[in-house]
Amino acid sequence: MKDEVTREDRVAGLKGLGCSRKRVEDARFTQGKGNYVDDIKLPGMLHGDFVRSPYAHARIKSINIDAAMALPGVTAVLTAKDLEPLGLHWMPTLAGDKQMVLADGKVLFQGQEVAFVVAADRYIAADAVELVEVEYEELEVIVNPFKSLQSDVVLREDLIAPDGSIPNGAHGPRKHPNHIFTWEAGELEATNQVIDNAEVVAEAEMYYHRTHPCPLETCGSVASMDKVNGKLTLWGTFQAPHVVRTVASLLSGIEEHNIRVVSPDIGGGFGNKVGVYPGYVCSIVASIVTGVPVKWVEDRMENLMSTAFARDYWMKGKISATKEGKITGLHCHVTADHGAFDACADPTKFPAGFMNICTGSYDIPVAYLGVDGVYTNKAPGGVSYRCSFRVTEAVYFIERMIEVLAIELNMDPAELRSINFIKKEQFPYTAALGWEYDSGDYQTAWDKALLAVDYKGLRAEQAERVAAFKRGETRKIMGIGLSFFTEIVGAGPVKNCDILGMGMFDSCEIRIHPTGSATARLGTISQGQGHATTFAQILASEIGLPADSITIEEGDTDTAPYGLGTYGSRSTPVAGAAAAMAGRKIRAKAQMIAAYLLEVHDDDVEFDVDRFAVKGAPERFKTMKEIAYASYHQAIPGLEPGLEAVSYYDPPNMTYPFGAYVCVMDIDVDTGVPEIRRFYALDDCGTRINPMVIEGQIHGGLTEALAVALGQEIAYDDIGNVKTGTLMDFFLPTAWEVPNYETDFTVTPSPHHPIGAKGVGESPHVGGVPCFSNAVQDAFRPFGNRHTNMPHDHWRIWQTAANLGMHD
Amino acid sequence: MIPAAFEYYRPTSMEGVLALLQEHGDEARVLAGGHSLIPMMKLRMADVPHLIDLQGIAGLSGITIDGGTIRIGTMTTQHDIIGDAALTAAAPIMAEAALQIADPQVRYMGTVGGNVANGDPGNDMPGLMQCLDAHFHLIGPEGERTVAARDFYDSAYMTAREDDEVLTAITFAVPVGGHAYEKQKRKIGDYATAAAAVQISKEGGKVAAASIAMTNLSDTPVWSEAAGAALVGTDCGADAIKAAVAAMLADIDPTEDNRGPVAFKRHVAGIVLGRAIARAWSRA
Ligand SMILES: Cc1cc2nc3c(=O)[nH]c(=O)nc-3n(C[C@H](O)[C@H](O)[C@H](O)COP(=O)(O)OP(=O)(O)OC[C@H]3O[C@@H](n4cnc5c(N)ncnc54)[C@H](O)[C@@H]3O)c2cc1C
Repeated sequence: MKDEVTREDRVAGLKGLGCSRKRVEDARFTQGKGNYVDDIKLPGMLHGDFVRSPYAHARIKSINIDAAMALPGVTAVLTAKDLEPLGLHWMPTLAGDKQMVLADGKVLFQGQEVAFVVAADRYIAADAVELVEVEYEELEVIVNPFKSLQSDVVLREDLIAPDGSIPNGAHGPRKHPNHIFTWEAGELEATNQVIDNAEVVAEAEMYYHRTHPCPLETCGSVASMDKVNGKLTLWGTFQAPHVVRTVASLLSGIEEHNIRVVSPDIGGGFGNKVGVYPGYVCSIVASIVTGVPVKWVEDRMENLMSTAFARDYWMKGKISATKEGKITGLHCHVTADHGAFDACADPTKFPAGFMNICTGSYDIPVAYLGVDGVYTNKAPGGVSYRCSFRVTEAVYFIERMIEVLAIELNMDPAELRSINFIKKEQFPYTAALGWEYDSGDYQTAWDKALLAVDYKGLRAEQAERVAAFKRGETRKIMGIGLSFFTEIVGAGPVKNCDILGMGMFDSCEIRIHPTGSATARLGTISQGQGHATTFAQILASEIGLPADSITIEEGDTDTAPYGLGTYGSRSTPVAGAAAAMAGRKIRAKAQMIAAYLLEVHDDDVEFDVDRFAVKGAPERFKTMKEIAYASYHQAIPGLEPGLEAVSYYDPPNMTYPFGAYVCVMDIDVDTGVPEIRRFYALDDCGTRINPMVIEGQIHGGLTEALAVALGQEIAYDDIGNVKTGTLMDFFLPTAWEVPNYETDFTVTPSPHHPIGAKGVGESPHVGGVPCFSNAVQDAFRPFGNRHTNMPHDHWRIWQTAANLGMHD
Repeated sequence: MIPAAFEYYRPTSMEGVLALLQEHGDEARVLAGGHSLIPMMKLRMADVPHLIDLQGIAGLSGITIDGGTIRIGTMTTQHDIIGDAALTAAAPIMAEAALQIADPQVRYMGTVGGNVANGDPGNDMPGLMQCLDAHFHLIGPEGERTVAARDFYDSAYMTAREDDEVLTAITFAVPVGGHAYEKQKRKIGDYATAAAAVQISKEGGKVAAASIAMTNLSDTPVWSEAAGAALVGTDCGADAIKAAVAAMLADIDPTEDNRGPVAFKRHVAGIVLGRAIARAWSRA
């Protein structure tokens, strides 16, 4: 007797939504069979390398390339002068500013690209770099944005009118030559009034230091100009290959159909690979000039010192409340250090990203946010590192303000959060600074988290520890870090969100093959997130074919439909939705085919896991495999042959994942060494497509959060030298430094997303940084701490203890 | 991080090494595990036109314990140190310290000789060797000679070794009493914020002898004779430790870097030494 295949078996066979399917990418990654940019080797390919500025601010008096050109194996040395006739010595940034491709008369940050050497191999190129003689005249360096706004040193002469006046920037009036924009949200007067008359007000100034995502693979590109058929192919570390194609076309004048951009495997992006870098442009120009392919791959130090950094936000806050702890108002001002060029990748209308999510998870009636962007002599960048457009900064800000308010109120910070959460029944909720939160159930998540860690027990233990410390019995204090975050991801509605005028929709195209397998292509590109695994799962559940029979392709603009790429946790909210919608189109046609084959009316069949069956007669069915075959090979009246669909999805709203994190930490006050005893992370990312992939994303994001909170920074000295240019000083945690993470979840599906998914890639970073930081700061709270800045590395923790008199 | 071009040699005899060194003078350097030298070359902070690999020479690695003397061949790796049961029994401080150096990958390659010859104040073995009063055996065109570890270091990267000399082995007497190697670092693979090597021997409940050396707190390792002396004859109690720490603090001269300001380093040096003394005493 044949074993009966149950419905559960059929569901399991699909490996669709909710299945912890093993990652299909890992077979090649774990066997060293990935194909990264640096693996691309083309016949006759040349290698490029940059001469970079040792100075943070200097005028270039001369560049002598003779010695470099004389080195055997050197083909070309490009400078701004060579790029100028092509109009490529400057390029537009994604933030509406422009940036030098190669130094045009002056340099504005250490590590800036000055000349591009092209040689037969990477070694000769590096030798030739040393032979390029650049004469500099040093200028006064500004590394502090507040000083920059006071200084009469003009960093960007190109942004001053001939009569000395300051023309508007891309985001309106500028009030100083070194000022980029002012951006405001909310109601200033109403907020001030509430705060001025409040029962309780807490204030804090905090610096969210500059750091860097440091993906394992650095940035690079290979350009190959085929002069015979006029086609340019560009492989590169691009998180948004279609955007690169459009920008490359606009810059070079080559028509878009003649440009093919390919993102091969990418070894981590985190926003570092969204922008367009001088290296990309130079490799293209060099290939056009030399007629052979040109590769440029930066090294680790170049990556750390010159590519997109993260944060550098000076935030000043005021929060008001009633004596009972009900928050009444929030005021935030940010001085944002953007470095030498405004090369953020914000949507056009949002020069400070979504910083206006800074009211967080709380029902705050009135608020104001003002942001001033400022130029300094530091590398450009700004939006990167699992940040979803400054949400990291916003969540850090509000989660610190809550802690400071709790101190002011002499109240438990967990309770203060509970009092102020936006309530379940308030969703969809419009926040004071404008966003409409789609869904949430914060109190349930919070209660679950506090229960899981025995929060009351922890506080009792902490009280005992404080007493023991004061009695001189221990030198270790204990901190309980809390954070409750609301993310805003999935940019985004095209009406709100565009980059350089390119609307932030995304896309999916599905082709079902006759024997019942499928290829789907999307406008996004995985950098480790596992799209080939999870998008196949979405489709499996939508179209009833096994995920194992669905190949996902991304990253080749010649084949993939146009999309805005992967960053800001937007792939699942946007492209994932496109996949579901395209799947539904497939299903709609499949339904007609099934009805025809089963000789019933279209409405008399219904979809059931992997088939269409006649309503009320489930034994009469056609599987999707059968339908696929029929769609190609059987003449069906009134229907075109084939089974394909495409969907371009413009989401109606962002999605708002949230989570509750708790960190328990012990701190040695004499050495400043923190030890993480426990880390609990509850995430609600809506519908869970692949719990294992989610867990992996959370582990990775928490580890990056740990790094940022506890030591990772890009530090500059007073004359603009990068002090943390290698992995000896730039903290990249290893398994040794990483605690065991306990993960948990609740599920609050997004009401407007086709499958209710919200995105998760950045949540653990967004929520993790304040959690680790709050743990350090909470440990010192009983000893008088209000706020200390990150990174909490050993000496800064030690300094906090010293300042509080704990070494006396 | 691409090094400048260099010639690579892999001689099979010490004579061959010495001949190459003489031929190329300060343009040549020997390569042991390469885990200090190659990063410097990649950063183009070291320019080595002639690189002479020692891997091809027999007899330069290995650990022997004979008649109260421990001899460690220069090419013995830090990993070998950790895995050697006889060494760990005779001088447990060696494995305790080696385990705090870098990470397993680096320790598979990095040698004891390279670590002490390098002259980087961040290296852990030099201070350890000063604590153990080790001697370094050098061979050069003039023949062999021996230099005490405590006399070997002049300043950062400047040592008593001549450019044409090669280190062949390290010897030291089997240590007596209790030991501790205490190191504070920011992360795995980091050099010390402060580190202390301590050996203490005990007689009749009192400290009979004590040797203390500190790492990465000056431009050379610091063997603090006064700190050791402060413990001798005491019961190694809180006051004695305090005196030893005070003596040590008079000998070190840390500079500010990304690990922190001078005040922090001095404080941590005191804490690290205090802990090392307490642990060594508990084992004495
Ligand atoms: C990521 C990382 C972290 C590290 N962390 C630490 C740490 O925490 N503590 C620590 O102590 N070290 C650390 N190191 C350094 C490591 O231990 C090195 O391996 C060691 O310093 C040098 O040993 P080597 O065999 O690699 O020498 P090499 O790099 O080959 O040589 C170093 C120098 O010594 C010279 N030399 C080598 N052998 C001889 C010889 N026989 N005669 C004369 N001269 C010789 C070479 O010419 C060169 O100048 C770290 C290294 C790395 C890469």
